[in-house]
This record gives sequence, structure tokens and C-alpha cells, in this order.
Amino acid sequence: MFTKSISKFLMMVLTINNKNYDIEATTDMPLLWAIRDLVGLTGTKYGCGKGLCGACTVWLDGEPIRSCQVPVLVAIGKNITTIESLETTFSHLQKAWEDLNVPQCGYCQPGQLMSAAALLKHNPNPSDEAINNAMSGNICRCGTYKRIKQAIKMAAINAK
Amino acid sequence: MTQIINLSRRSFLKGLGLASGGLVLACSQPTKSLASQLLTDAKTFNPNLFIQLKSNGDLILIAARSEMGQGVRTSLTSIIADEMEADWQRVSVKQATGDVKYGNQNTDGSRSIRTFFDSMRKMGATARAMLITAAAKTWSVPELECKAENHFVLHPSSGKKLGYGELVAKAALLDVPVEAPLKNSKDFKYIGKDLPSIDVQDYVTGKAKFGLDIRLPNMVFAAIARCPVTFGTVKSFKSETTMEVPGVLQVIEIPRVDRPFGPLGGVVVIATNTWAAFQGKELLEIEWNYGKNKSYNSAPYMKTITEHSQKEAVVMLNNGSVADAFAKAEKVIEASYQLPHLVHAPMEVPNATADFKGTLCTVYAPLQDPQTARTEVAINLGIKEENVTVNVTFLGGGFGRKSKPDFAVEAAMISKKINKPVQVVWTREDDIQHSYYHSVSAQYLKGSLKGGKVTAWLQRSTFPSIASTFIKGKDHGMAGEFDMGLINNPYAIENIRCENGQAEAHVRIGWLRSVSNIYHAFASNVFADELAIAAKKDPLQFRLELIGADRVIPSNSEFQIDTKRLKNVLNIATKNANWGKSLPKGYGMGLAVHYSFYTYVASVIEVSVINGKLKVLNIQTALDCGRVANRNTVLSQFEGAAIFGLSLSFYGKITAKDGAIEQGNFDDYKMVRMFETPNINVEIVDSEATATGVGEPGVPVIAPALVNAIYQATGKRYRSLPLADFNLV
Repeated sequence: MFTKSISKFLMMVLTINNKNYDIEATTDMPLLWAIRDLVGLTGTKYGCGKGLCGACTVWLDGEPIRSCQVPVLVAIGKNITTIESLETTFSHLQKAWEDLNVPQCGYCQPGQLMSAAALLKHNPNPSDEAINNAMSGNICRCGTYKRIKQAIKMAAINAK
Repeated sequence: MTQIINLSRRSFLKGLGLASGGLVLACSQPTKSLASQLLTDAKTFNPNLFIQLKSNGDLILIAARSEMGQGVRTSLTSIIADEMEADWQRVSVKQATGDVKYGNQNTDGSRSIRTFFDSMRKMGATARAMLITAAAKTWSVPELECKAENHFVLHPSSGKKLGYGELVAKAALLDVPVEAPLKNSKDFKYIGKDLPSIDVQDYVTGKAKFGLDIRLPNMVFAAIARCPVTFGTVKSFKSETTMEVPGVLQVIEIPRVDRPFGPLGGVVVIATNTWAAFQGKELLEIEWNYGKNKSYNSAPYMKTITEHSQKEAVVMLNNGSVADAFAKAEKVIEASYQLPHLVHAPMEVPNATADFKGTLCTVYAPLQDPQTARTEVAINLGIKEENVTVNVTFLGGGFGRKSKPDFAVEAAMISKKINKPVQVVWTREDDIQHSYYHSVSAQYLKGSLKGGKVTAWLQRSTFPSIASTFIKGKDHGMAGEFDMGLINNPYAIENIRCENGQAEAHVRIGWLRSVSNIYHAFASNVFADELAIAAKKDPLQFRLELIGADRVIPSNSEFQIDTKRLKNVLNIATKNANWGKSLPKGYGMGLAVHYSFYTYVASVIEVSVINGKLKVLNIQTALDCGRVANRNTVLSQFEGAAIFGLSLSFYGKITAKDGAIEQGNFDDYKMVRMFETPNINVEIVDSEATATGVGEPGVPVIAPALVNAIYQATGKRYRSLPLADFNLV
């Protein structure tokens, strides 16, 4: 998995939620760890480190990505959006999550919300199939899928 | 007996982390647990529930139970707030540190509400009575003319009204009334209703602080390479390449700590960030002494325990004579069931942050059992328990894994060695490969039929026991495991015999959500279905007859199985599923019913199997958990349990090869995802009986109901899991 050619620390600027952060990182550091450990925004979660669970989902120039799989270098000069600023554009989605009491342990929910909001941006009235397609990359060990689906539909209706 | 004490005037408050002042009540409530059966150091039972009403009217509950998604912070609070006639908007929760003064804090066994429901009501009622007394004294009117309503005491005939905050000073000086009247349950405002989680806003905004979110000044991060074989040790290691990783600060070794919750030991990479620690760990070159568990291979092991289950073993229960009944039977059926190890895989991996300074240590971690963490850390560091502070964060899932605080001890050991605050982070691979595993199991069942009735039932259960983690070499089960669906079989059968076969443990065995109920309910529910087929009867009718007449089955447990309640949940689930409706070819419906954590649960699952591919269409669950604290939480737990049960049925399988766990992440230890999620409907039986467990009892019924449904759809009987082994999913 790792080679011996390890890059050096470099100074970089990340733009997260419209704010610039100076960081010092190796260019291959996954964006997830730059956000959590270097910038200190901890709403974005580590779940698997392999792009399998979706807990680390953030937006890069408005598109959902698995931040554990994207080297920080790729994010330079782009807009990164994390759960901490979701309320500026998708508070109605968070409200639906609250109204239906979606979270159990809550750990995967930032990633679920970032995936769900990205879906609604492109498809304001998603079908069950579209929801399944957009959300099946996000694992919830507590098993809140039923309510996540209901909340996405509720948010779609409330946005009208 | 619950005893309530007024602590308002005592200096005790500082230790609770509460500011002084206001009305503070405490109550003592003894608890029992699976872990306390095993841990010899008995805990002292002190007052363990605390509330504080401040002079500004804020009501604070100290939650000494850990929140891991089961909604306990909300449920416990709602009970007190209701009895106290408190305004829900004025209530907040403060998480307790790990301390014996809270009694047993181990949040497992689905028992928070069961053990605290009545005490919480009494606490709330006591506070309300004291506030009424304070108001009545202020107005010089009889108490009976006053009533409490939504954070106020009212005197309706004069129209006088005082807020709770205004009454605090006076109430704090009062003695605790001997008997405070409880509310009539029809007047409940919060209990049994749908209350939103007290923490939901923090969850949806990313503000909730889990263990991994703790950040301390000058803190470093650590990843640990542990021996692939359980209890193996480091022979030698090279860390040159690791040290070249930018951000890596130091590489040290920590030893195995030979205690049930002791760290496995290994080579620790300390770095300025998590990624560097992970990367450095991968680049270590380590030679291991694998030790004797290198002989552990899952396939031959399953063969061995299956053989042990097929010959006479230790008798745990023997009613009548199964041998005589088998001899006289018209039909004798035999079956063997085999289930693999499982692992909890909570979304938040095990982790802990520790800050050791001189003789003091502060720990922040997602812990189900903070007191045991405190004890283990103190022993390990050689300092007094009172010098260890264990702060409980939110738990990103627990499922039993976070009852074992080995990861907290690791953090404390490392912090002491490097003299810095450190966060130990397990990778997902570490979590899956170095856990306390749910037992692998083999069961042999033999039953006989005569005149369409079951005349004898023999069940031999063989599994490496949780006890082996506590007692070296222990190769048989313990009472807590037999009580989970083996010897408390609810069936009206004259001749029953239960035995327990020998099984050695080669990995750490621990409890996982629902514990032994998973394998016992699987075998007994699938076997009952096989008997129904053999008797050529409808599985529902057959099962109702098997449970038999309404009766309470005597046992020495604090709760007894009431067969009427068991049949009731089965009848509701089957009715909701429209049991008996005609289904197209390739479709089928199966049922399972199980009593665990004193709660009655039935699930009916409808599936289709088309072109060899399984689709789960519908899960109907009915449950009776006695009185409900928070309806929303109960529904959530059973919806989630259906998914947890499907995950283990479809994919759950941990195997060892030469002692090393073969799975490592969500690609080879898969979870059910949204596209596989069926319609799930949960019905709660209306009941005034004592509140019982909710977090775990929804899981055990899922796998057997599914296997029984697949049989109806295909005529094929699957006696082992996961179904992925048969390419069904």
C-alpha cells in the first residue's frame, strides 16, 4: 500500500466553507486527515479509510467525495464544503433529520447528510431508486436507513 | 429499595461537576450485570442518580449511562421530567465521569431503563412534592390546594403561581418526603410518547463530540501494530522507514497486559497527525512470536466443535427423559447449526485520548463502562483511582465493544511513556482484527414428534465462552450464556435436555449486541420450523401450540416468561405481515419469536428468491417491553436491530487462518446498505408491566425468520450463516 518515496511537508492553503486555512502537509495526505487533524474541523468522520463507508463525505467544488481517498493536493484551489456549513444551504434537510429523529449514535450522520444534500442539489425530487443509488455508499451500523430515506423525501417536499 | 436523599446542603456537589446551589436530589439503585458476575472486584453501591434544579429554573440530570445511539440520555431524562412536571425545554443532561459513586455504569445488557425507570419516577415525584411544599409554605396554604404544572407550582383558587426556580432555595431546605405520590400514567406527558432526542441537533450539525473528536493542546496521535495472532508478542522490529514519514515523532513498544481488558501490546507509532501514525505503522518491519493461537484455523475448528456438539456433553437442563421419548416417537428429526464469529464494527473505531501528568491521568474516550476503564488505567499506571478522571464522550456505536476498555489503557500507558497527551486511534483493520469476538458456535438439535406434537427436544450448544476472556483455559459456557435462549426455552415440551459442549478459545471472546441469544434463537427457531414442516403443519399454528397454554414459566430470574405475552407478539407480527396470504412462486414468509433481556419479540420476514438471488421485502416486528419510556427510541432500536440482524445474516463472518483474522474492512466484512433495506414496521404492545430491554432484543429473531422465509420460498434449508456463503446475496 505504501511506497518508500514519501513526500515532504509542504505549505498549502485549503478553502473550507469559504474560509482559507494554511496547513503544512504531505501532498499525499488524504483530505480527511487534513480537515480533521490539521484544520481541526471534526464533523467529518473517519470510518474505514478505504472509501467504503461514506462517513468522510465532503463536497469538492460542490460534488460529494470520499475525503479519505482524495489526496490533499487535489483539493488545493477548490472549494471544500463540510458538515459544519451545511446549514447555510440545507438547513431544511437537517430539520427533516431532526423531525424524524434519524440519528441513533449519530456518528455516520454528517456523511449521510452530505451525500443526501448532494443528491437533492441535482435531483430535487428523487425516486426511491435514486435515493438508494445516492445513499448506498454510506454505511450506518445502527441501521437508520429507513428514516434517512423518509427524511430525504420530507426535505424534498419541504423545499417546494 | 430506592432511597432518595437531599444533597443540596452537602459539599458533595463538586465531585459531581455541578456548581453548588439549587435543589439536588440523589437516589441509590443497586444494579446487576453480566460483567459484574465476572469481575471479582465488587463495586460499592452509592447514590447513583443525581438531579439538580437551579435557581434560574434549569434542570440538570447527571447521566451515568453512556449514549451510543440507544437514546438513553433522552429516555432517562424524560422519565424524571414527566414526574417532576418539568418543562422539557429547561432540561439538560450532563455526562458523568467514571466513578463508583454512580453505582454500576456499565451500559450493556439492555438494562438502563429496566433498572432505573421506577427510581427516576420516584426522584421526579419527590422533587415535585418538595416544590409544592415550598410553595404552600410561601403562601401559607395547604399543600393539597396546590399543584405542579410545566415548571410552575399553582394555587388555582387564588391564582397564585411560582416558577420552579423561585422555589429552589426553600425546597432545598426541606426533608425528603417519605412517600411522594406518583402521577397517574394517563397523565404522562413525556413517558411513552415520541420525544425528540435531546442531542439530535448536535448530531446533524457535526457538533457532537465523539472520542475521536477530542483535541487537547500539544496532543499527538498514536497507531499501534499488534500481533496478527491473539496474544502473540513482538520479537524484534525495525522502524527506520517509519521514522522517515513526515510527522512521525517516535516509535515505542508497549507490552501485552495480561488482564481481561489489558492491551494486546505491540509497536506504537507516535506522530503529529493520525495519517502519519497510520502510514508509519504500515511501514514497520516486525517479527512476531506468534504463540500457541497460531494453530487457530476456522474450518477445522468448526469441525471440532460440531463433533463436540454431536456427542454427549455437560448437562445444563434435563426435564423428563428425551431418550425414552425418542424411542417412542413416530418421527425423529436431527439438525446441526453452525454460526461464525462476529465483530461489532461500530462506525467509530476504538480510540482514547489520555493525558498523564505526574500522578494524575485524564482520559477522554467513548466508553460503555467508564468505571472499569478507570480501574484498569489506575492499576496499569500504578496510581490511585481517585487520580484518574475518565470522561465519557458520545459513542459512535458500541454494541458491546466499548465495554472493554483496552484502548483506554493503551492511551494511558503511552501518555505516561511519552509524557504528552495522546490519542490512540485504531484503524478499521485494527478494529476488525483485534476485537473481542462474538462466539463462533455449533449446535446439535434432536426432536421427536408423536401425533403431530413435539415430545422431546435435545439441544447441545458448543461455543467458546466469554468466560474464557476472564478465566484462562475455561472451555465451557457460563450461566449468563445459557440463560440466553438455551435453558429458558419457552416451549411446552415434556422432555427437554440442554447440554454444553467443550470449546477452547483462541481469540478474545466478548459480548456483542444480543450475545448468546443470537445463536440460541437461531437454532431453536429454525429447528422449530423444521419440526413444523416435518409435522406437515402451518409454522404459525405449530409454534403457538409449541408455546402452549397461557402460563408463567417458573425460574429463579427476577422476571418469568409469560407465554401469553410471547404468543401475543407472535400473533401481532403475523397479523401485520398478513400471514397465510397467497404468495407468488419464489416468495416466502418466515417467523421467529424470542424472549431476551426480558422483552418479548416476534418478527415475520417476507422474501423473494428469484434466479438464486435473495431480496428481503418486508420485516414486521412486534414487541412487548412492558412500559415504554420513549416510544420513538423503542421504534428506532427495533428498526435498527432489523438491519443489524440482516447484516449478520447476509455477510457476518469472521474467520481465522493460522491465528490471524482474515477480514479487515467493510469490503470483506460487509454491512447491509440502503439498497438492501426492506420495508420495516415495528409495533409496540401497550403494556403497564415493568419496563424491560430494548437495545438488544430485536436482533436475535431476524436471522431465523429470514432462513425460515427462504425455506418457504425455495424449499432449501440453510443451517449456517452468512447467506453470502451460498451466493444468495
